[in-house]
Amino acid sequence: MVVQAVVELISYRSVGATLDIESVSHSFDIDGVELPVLDDISLSVEPGEFVALLGPSGCGKSTLLRLIAGLDRPSSGSLREDDIRIKGPRPSRVVVFQDPTLFPWRSVWDNVALGLEAQGILKSQRQRVDAALDLVGLTAFRNAYPHQLSGGMAQRVALARALVNDPKVLVLDEPLGKLDSLTRITMQAEISALWQRKRFTTLLVTHDAEEALFLANRVIVLSDRPARIKADIAVERPYPRHRGDPYLSDLRKQILGLLGLDATW
Amino acid sequence: MSTYSLSDGIATDAARSGSRSRDLLDRLWHAGPGIAAAIAWVAFGLSCLLWEDLGDWSRTHSLGIGAFVIAALAFFGTLSADFLGKAGTALRQRAPWLLVLGLLLTLWEVATAKFAWLPLPFFPPPQAIIEVYTDDLPKLLDSVFASVKLQLGGYVIGAAVGFLTGVSIGWSRSVGYWVHPVLRFIGPLPATAWLPIAFFAFPSSWSASTFLIALATAFPVTVLTWSGVASVSNAYYDVARTLGAGPSFLVLKVAIPAALPHVFVGLFMGLGSSFAVLVVAEMIGVKAGLGWYLQWAQGWAAYANMYAALIVMSLLCSGAITLLFKVRDRLLVWQKGVVKW
Repeated sequence: MVVQAVVELISYRSVGATLDIESVSHSFDIDGVELPVLDDISLSVEPGEFVALLGPSGCGKSTLLRLIAGLDRPSSGSLREDDIRIKGPRPSRVVVFQDPTLFPWRSVWDNVALGLEAQGILKSQRQRVDAALDLVGLTAFRNAYPHQLSGGMAQRVALARALVNDPKVLVLDEPLGKLDSLTRITMQAEISALWQRKRFTTLLVTHDAEEALFLANRVIVLSDRPARIKADIAVERPYPRHRGDPYLSDLRKQILGLLGLDATW
Repeated sequence: MSTYSLSDGIATDAARSGSRSRDLLDRLWHAGPGIAAAIAWVAFGLSCLLWEDLGDWSRTHSLGIGAFVIAALAFFGTLSADFLGKAGTALRQRAPWLLVLGLLLTLWEVATAKFAWLPLPFFPPPQAIIEVYTDDLPKLLDSVFASVKLQLGGYVIGAAVGFLTGVSIGWSRSVGYWVHPVLRFIGPLPATAWLPIAFFAFPSSWSASTFLIALATAFPVTVLTWSGVASVSNAYYDVARTLGAGPSFLVLKVAIPAALPHVFVGLFMGLGSSFAVLVVAEMIGVKAGLGWYLQWAQGWAAYANMYAALIVMSLLCSGAITLLFKVRDRLLVWQKGVVKW
């Protein structure tokens, strides 16, 4: 039954959405002082593209993701998903945050079921939860509570919780930032495989140039706060990629140069 | 050859007897507290029967026999603990307490009924309290029933109102604007301060007491529910919202479960303060319940009845808290490292 559910989940055509970001600027109001974080960002993402947003820490990458997710509204400019203006969060645009933020009072299965439950379709679609858990390889932990999981497992559950909604846009906010390097490498490969299979539009915020180059079609390099787009680099390499690829190494050097880190190379 | 075998034999024999005596010591060590407890209870029984009572109590003889029965149970139970399974281990664990209890009872018996080292009417012996439980049982049970009914009604109303108020303040800014000042003004006032007003403002002393108990419960429950809801991390709301959650889902499935650990602290504190109000209300206004029984016993200088009622009251309060913690443990299995009651 689970196998059948997986087949159903995979064969479900989840073609990604187009994202249009048009001259978006955003600023925070901190004790009456205006702090600009995004400065005139324009970006257009094709359906099924994997775009990495790379920039120094604190430059406003995560703010841009919150705008795309619909959790905040921009100070000016507009964001559109499939030509429909983004006015609030929707389950077609799911975010995986840096912290797994699993609900500690819910078992793994109930955490993954969250989206379907919130949309009121859990009763008829329970098999989708089983399939998503199977996809991240955590079927055996369905009844465990979050405090019993390791960091990598918790982040896998968070991924399953996002994927169960069949998102058109998957927004990844440094999802691997807090994992140890070995788990990180494994999960990069898993995310890449998932994306190749389902082709949802994916946006990944990261400050790891190697991760961006391993996963993305396009790498957008952002400047210091307020963030502006410094470079838009196409990564023309087939998947699966190899970390030692000299083409990727060259790009990495170029990107680190853009971030002002040539000296460390 | 033969010498070797001889010395070998001696050595192993010595070793065997050594291990056997160690085995015996080990067993004695385990059974020791149980046997000591049995001896203490025998002493208690003897202290009941050896001397004549200074007063006129009808249960001295039965109490002595009862003490011997407990001593026998402790003795044989300890010796056969290995074959009694769970009950055996439980007995072994509690043996030191049983021992201390037996010693204290012996001391109590001797100090009151036999030699009156403690002045008599004020310090009744154990048999006097047993006498209350057997001879005044109907009245005591009526009081227990009245207390439980009053406490339960007031507590449930107070907890429900406090919980709803707390969630509303924590969730809605405009509710907070209006309720918060009222809460600050009224909340810290001890509920007992309302007694005089409550007893003429309400149609019956029973409804007045219910109101006061509810008031005493509601304040801590409100404040802690509120702080629980207010301290829920925004990240949880963000996650739920991106997954398609509406406002009612955010309250019922995110805010409330996340706040539950706080709510239980509030329920626990509310239980404590409502006990105090219950007893005072029963002593002053309501003509029923354990508080009233205490008052009545004091009026008749029936000190044994007072102690008997105090013991029952303590068991009830402790039982209520145990029950609350059981419910909490069931609801909050997902928490790790919680305080055990």
